[in-house]
Amino acid sequence: MTRAEESLAAAAERAAVPPFGGEVRRAALGRFAALGLPTSKMEEWRHTSLSALAPITFAPADPRAPLAPAALERLAGPAEGARLVFVNGRYRAALSSPGRLPAGAFAGSLAAARAELPALVEPHLGRLAAFEAHALAALNTASAEDGALVHLPEGTSAALPIELLFVTVAGEGAAASHPRVLVVAGAGSEATVVETYAGAAGGPTLTNAVTEVVLGEGARLEHYRLQDEAPRAFHFGLLASEQGVGSRFSTHALSFGAALSRSEVKAVLAGEGGEARVNGLYMAAGSQLVDNHSIIEHARPRCQSRETFKGILDGAARGVFGGRIRVMPDAQKSDAYQLNSNLLLSDDAQVDTKPQLEIFADDVKCGHGGTVGQLDEDALFYLRSRGLDEGTARSLLIYAFASEMVGLVRPPGLRDRVARLVTARLPNGEKLREAA
Amino acid sequence: MSMPETSKAMLEIEGLRARIGEKEILKGLDLTLRAGEVHAVMGPNGSGKSTLAQVLAGRDTFTVTSGKVTYDGQDLLALPPEKRAAAGIFLAFQYPVEIPGVGNMYFLRTALNSLRKARGEEELDAMDFLSIAKEKMKLVEMDPAFMNRSVNEGFSGGEKKRNEILQMAVLEPRLAILDETDSGLDIDALRVVAGGVNALRSPDRAMLVITHYQRLLDYIVPDFVHVMAGGRIVLSGGRDLALELEKKGYTWVDDQVANGTFSAPAVASP
Repeated sequence: MTRAEESLAAAAERAAVPPFGGEVRRAALGRFAALGLPTSKMEEWRHTSLSALAPITFAPADPRAPLAPAALERLAGPAEGARLVFVNGRYRAALSSPGRLPAGAFAGSLAAARAELPALVEPHLGRLAAFEAHALAALNTASAEDGALVHLPEGTSAALPIELLFVTVAGEGAAASHPRVLVVAGAGSEATVVETYAGAAGGPTLTNAVTEVVLGEGARLEHYRLQDEAPRAFHFGLLASEQGVGSRFSTHALSFGAALSRSEVKAVLAGEGGEARVNGLYMAAGSQLVDNHSIIEHARPRCQSRETFKGILDGAARGVFGGRIRVMPDAQKSDAYQLNSNLLLSDDAQVDTKPQLEIFADDVKCGHGGTVGQLDEDALFYLRSRGLDEGTARSLLIYAFASEMVGLVRPPGLRDRVARLVTARLPNGEKLREAA
Repeated sequence: MSMPETSKAMLEIEGLRARIGEKEILKGLDLTLRAGEVHAVMGPNGSGKSTLAQVLAGRDTFTVTSGKVTYDGQDLLALPPEKRAAAGIFLAFQYPVEIPGVGNMYFLRTALNSLRKARGEEELDAMDFLSIAKEKMKLVEMDPAFMNRSVNEGFSGGEKKRNEILQMAVLEPRLAILDETDSGLDIDALRVVAGGVNALRSPDRAMLVITHYQRLLDYIVPDFVHVMAGGRIVLSGGRDLALELEKKGYTWVDDQVANGTFSAPAVASP
């Protein structure tokens, strides 16, 4: 075992008020010990080495670490609706603003919900994010101390976004947290859930989050995961979703921070006529590595999925994209399309992109596309010939590339925040935000 | 309309040679423009007309190997494209570039403000700019809806050319280079585009109108016509030269060149 594996396993045994029962946690810890952290010998991790993580000794991140409300705004901007704040994985009521939820809806601490509302939690928690073959899901299951439950009863509709804000506060040594999220959208319900992962600069941190999303028949859920962790952070986020008949789910993985980050999506269209949108925007520079893996499974007939990921890589940054669309034998009339476009801004930036279609039904419409390119020289010259200096012209073209994905972010506050994260990384960026 | 020969040259090209990769395209070109003059450059495909336009605007895919270009007394070739724009040079592209994700209005305002800033003038805010843009849109009969779209994205050929002339009208260059602005235009679009160009003719402004066909010159009547072949100007004259060329065709030019009448080097085939 590496030092990281040993220390993470030891920390898991000490977790307090966990959302999972002792037996499940012991089984999960056993699986983590047996599997170990993923290595680049595994096909799905071929381009993402965790060797920088291995020698680090992690302690559980201090859930009582101080965090001023002003620091919160600086890290994540003002709240748009309900905002639940989690510090190093644990719910912090004093910093949270519950907002206004529809009658019967719940948004709060998962650990508390398991104790007080077990009927909402038990049927779903751990069902979609199986840990038998997934070391990080196993580690999360064994180690999670808290997280969020968002529950929307049948037919309810939450007008404003529900934000789950996970703040990593680095301590003296290397600290790890394992937030767990469960979103249950009842039949015909409608909501927007935003997960934000932010961190203050400091020593190395590890965030290993797992989110499970269940959509009932006809439910509509918009979901965002914004990763803006500190420069020395390692971030892993797994999202597992399951959709009922005629439901619509969109999820957006927006990755900006961390030294190394990996977002995984496992979206299952489990009811006829469901629609899934899986989108992503990633921007990395310096020596950052940003990895996005997804599996969209069409299990039932007449479902539609659209997946678009766009990446912008500068410096010696590396991007990894692995996207799999799986159409099961039962899923006739499936309609799926996947696109991954990358912009490389330097000779040292690199991206490994791998689309995969696994089709077991015969009457389907599936496709994929992808590009890896540099800034369009013709466009650059066109802009410069009109008087824009080279830096501004480049920034404008980069922003234009990202703007399609920024435009898909619907809550105005979040869209503005994402636009800022993009423009902050571009020379003369502040002036660009009205460009689109 | 031409200025007296004694007036100072705005643009002076002397012995210009340029290549792309190993291929030499401009092979010793000479041309002089004065303020207020409209010069047409005609020539067969491959004669180097568009290369001339691109080199003047500062495209770095072409390498200038020798010769001199002087604009308002300064060495034009030493300037990057944006500095040339700030100095008043404008190229209406033969193939305007589509830029998805960049709003046409934003682009044009940013361009104008870049030029104003470079000239030490105050930048315009969105409202002030809008009133200027609206005025100029009338000139090219452009639907204001195009301002809210991405630059040239999904525009028809004619719409793209109108957009070029709109940009020219807003940016008010001193030297406008029109690279085959007539290509791909039907007669109505041609009339509108030419009308826009004519409205911008002024004693302070020079224009270099590059075209394959004399048709455009029925609408934009030039003061001088030059014929380009094999990377050089091989024949210069007045308006009548274009008509003669129309009658006799470019093979006539080729024959003359081949016969040594123009003492030009070998000519690219038409």
